[in-house]
Amino acid sequence: MNAIPADRLLWEESLPGGNHWSGRLRRGTALRLTDLQGGANVSALFYNAGQPLERYSMPDTLKSQHTGFLTAGHVCQSDMGRVLCSITADSLGWHDSWCGVSDAAMVLARYGEKRYQQHRNAMHRNGRDNLLIELAKWGLGARDLVPGVNFFSKVVPDADGALSHVGGHSVAGSFVDLRFEMDTLVVLSSAPHPLDARADYAPADVQLAAWRADPVGADDACRTQCPQNGRAFTNTERYCGAAA
Amino acid sequence: MSKLLESTLNPAHAVLDQTCLAGEPWMATVRAGQTLRILDLEGNQAVDTLFYSALDAQERYSAADTIARNGQLYLGLGSRLYSSAGRVMLSITADTCGRHDTLGGACSSESNTVRYALDKRAMHSCRDSFMHAICHCHEAGVLGLGKRDIAPNINFFMNVPVTPEGHLSFADGISGAGKYVELKAEMDVVVLISNCPQLNNPCNGYNPTPIRLLVWD
Repeated sequence: MNAIPADRLLWEESLPGGNHWSGRLRRGTALRLTDLQGGANVSALFYNAGQPLERYSMPDTLKSQHTGFLTAGHVCQSDMGRVLCSITADSLGWHDSWCGVSDAAMVLARYGEKRYQQHRNAMHRNGRDNLLIELAKWGLGARDLVPGVNFFSKVVPDADGALSHVGGHSVAGSFVDLRFEMDTLVVLSSAPHPLDARADYAPADVQLAAWRADPVGADDACRTQCPQNGRAFTNTERYCGAAA
Repeated sequence: MSKLLESTLNPAHAVLDQTCLAGEPWMATVRAGQTLRILDLEGNQAVDTLFYSALDAQERYSAADTIARNGQLYLGLGSRLYSSAGRVMLSITADTCGRHDTLGGACSSESNTVRYALDKRAMHSCRDSFMHAICHCHEAGVLGLGKRDIAPNINFFMNVPVTPEGHLSFADGISGAGKYVELKAEMDVVVLISNCPQLNNPCNGYNPTPIRLLVWD
């Protein structure tokens, strides 16, 4: 793992397993997600912080890069043809963007009931409610909830498209780095993946660390990954008033 | 490959029978218990489709819920289409094509600049058809639909295979003239279709064509 340069660290925070978080990451900053115990899942949504009608687009992201999963070199694209964030480093090689999040009925059926009254903050939470709670803080709601990215989770298809969740994919210390190319509202849930096959509700804690990123050069690995990414960067620079 | 099953429904008995030309939107309400047939008249057409609860725009077709709850990337006979509230909106009850895409989404002016070339922005696109529909169609006005409600859609008749290694491609269509898919509505739904005008990739042979929509009670 590349160390985060100490003189450019902006903040660090831990996100407990099963919990939720949101915040703004400015253009030119980066965020590292680290799985602290192994078996984490972080469901992430990304919005243009100034105009949240623009948001992460699973189809545009996957089809323009001809990939079914995300890893280093890929970018998370908006539905307006721009790059919200780039994946600049990744210890895992596969993050899911197909399966969305669990909801209350799914968690109840799979893991049973654990309400706050008896279990305090060890209560069972679900991905959909986690995301909706954070979205509501920004004036957003169910209509803004779209398929996002499930960091640390791997789901593979067979030849007919039947999906299996790969258990044990993420180990303690697994990490992924995101560099923000626009001012971005980031909304996170650390509840388990909807296809997680483990019998117990077992979300892992995640460390968040933000820092000032290196400038994006013309030879940047995400930008040059494919011509499509290059054009998405051009669109983003035009939008941000940063075109050469 | 999914199993194929022909329908026993007779077009002469349909309560709705309309043609939607290439590059145009179509919007209608289908009531619980009714069956909608989407017919690929000339073959290899992509039919970009969204569904909303007729009672509440907040509940809509969810690609992620449909993929996760079916445990399947592709749609076919027996697939259940789930809403963002985790409920079954429609089920596929007949299918003569065999595979329908739920990953590829709709083309847009903006995504065309990324996928093909910056100067492709002026070409007509599915997202523009969706926007036209939500500004003009009666059902969109009733539900109060806006851009927020345009989420990842289904592409009926489109073939977007993903390998076990996770590589995604746009393959030649497996549809043909006269192939169709039928969906039984499990709740009252508003259907929003953009009959795709995409001219930049071979999924439709660079030739967008009309579709026919039928509804039976």
